[in-house]
Amino acid sequence: MAGTDPIHQFVIYDIFPIHLGDEAAGSALNLSFTNSALFMVATVAVLTAFMVLSASRSSLVPSRFQLAGELSYSFVANMLRSSAGKEGMKFFPFVFSLFGFVLVANLLGMFPYFFTVTSHIIVTAALALLVISVVILYGFFRHGFKFLKLFVPAGVPAYVLPIVVPIEIISFLSRPISLSVRLFGNILAGHITLKVFSGFVVSLGALGALGWLGAVLPLIMTVAITALELLVAVVQAYVFAVLTSMYLNDAVHPSH
Amino acid sequence: MDVEAAKMIGAGIATLGMAGAALGVSNIFANFLSGALRNPSAAPSQTGNLIFGMAMTEALGIFSFLVALILLFVA
Repeated sequence: MAGTDPIHQFVIYDIFPIHLGDEAAGSALNLSFTNSALFMVATVAVLTAFMVLSASRSSLVPSRFQLAGELSYSFVANMLRSSAGKEGMKFFPFVFSLFGFVLVANLLGMFPYFFTVTSHIIVTAALALLVISVVILYGFFRHGFKFLKLFVPAGVPAYVLPIVVPIEIISFLSRPISLSVRLFGNILAGHITLKVFSGFVVSLGALGALGWLGAVLPLIMTVAITALELLVAVVQAYVFAVLTSMYLNDAVHPSH
Repeated sequence: MDVEAAKMIGAGIATLGMAGAALGVSNIFANFLSGALRNPSAAPSQTGNLIFGMAMTEALGIFSFLVALILLFVA
């Protein structure tokens, strides 16, 4: 069953076990280098290598690498400028790193036998909490208590405010949840679907000649879903970056 | 009723939430298409909004999938 178990691909195992503390005393600390950590390092390494390669030999007539680097730069820069304005551009390194990390992690996960970092909610929740803490801290740092105007939309009659303000606060607090669950759920669902359909190929193929004929259909489906998942990987990284810049816009310009 | 069976039934019912996401996503694409056919020159500038709206709507379907997963493996 382990071969066709659709959840098996998400198992985290130790590569270099590092166990600190005493488990009996309740102070155990598991700092093991896992396959998840390995693929995070790989993601950062791929991203860094791509940006260094594309920026190292810059020329007036760009090479393909340089063009790809410049296109990704201007893509994120335009997105951030259109949603957070000129003042939001100081967050460009932050948004660009987030976009790059999520994109490369999603795309690396599409390789067979590779671990998908973003399919674990702990990773996406950490990213979303980072975004929302930057929004809150920068909002208070930049505007002081005027940042709380974010929860009081302008032009709303005073007698509606007792209803509107709690709704605004709840919608603000649900942002990190929806941000993390969207990315995690999309990637998890996609990878499970992929595994389920490739499991059909294996179990039909075990039935003999007729099964081999029938296995063609789920095989075609697997190829189609792989293409769809490549699209989802890019779209989800884009959505994560767009939502981050929209939330940063709230920190830069809190009044509606 | 057996708890395990109730979990399975609950997970199956939870997937019905995807019907709502399907309606939402199809609504977005249908409206985009009808708008794009009326004014094709303005369509390319709205692809970003299209993808963004699709991802926002699709996420709600993903949430129902998540409920099913929680029922099957966590609860």
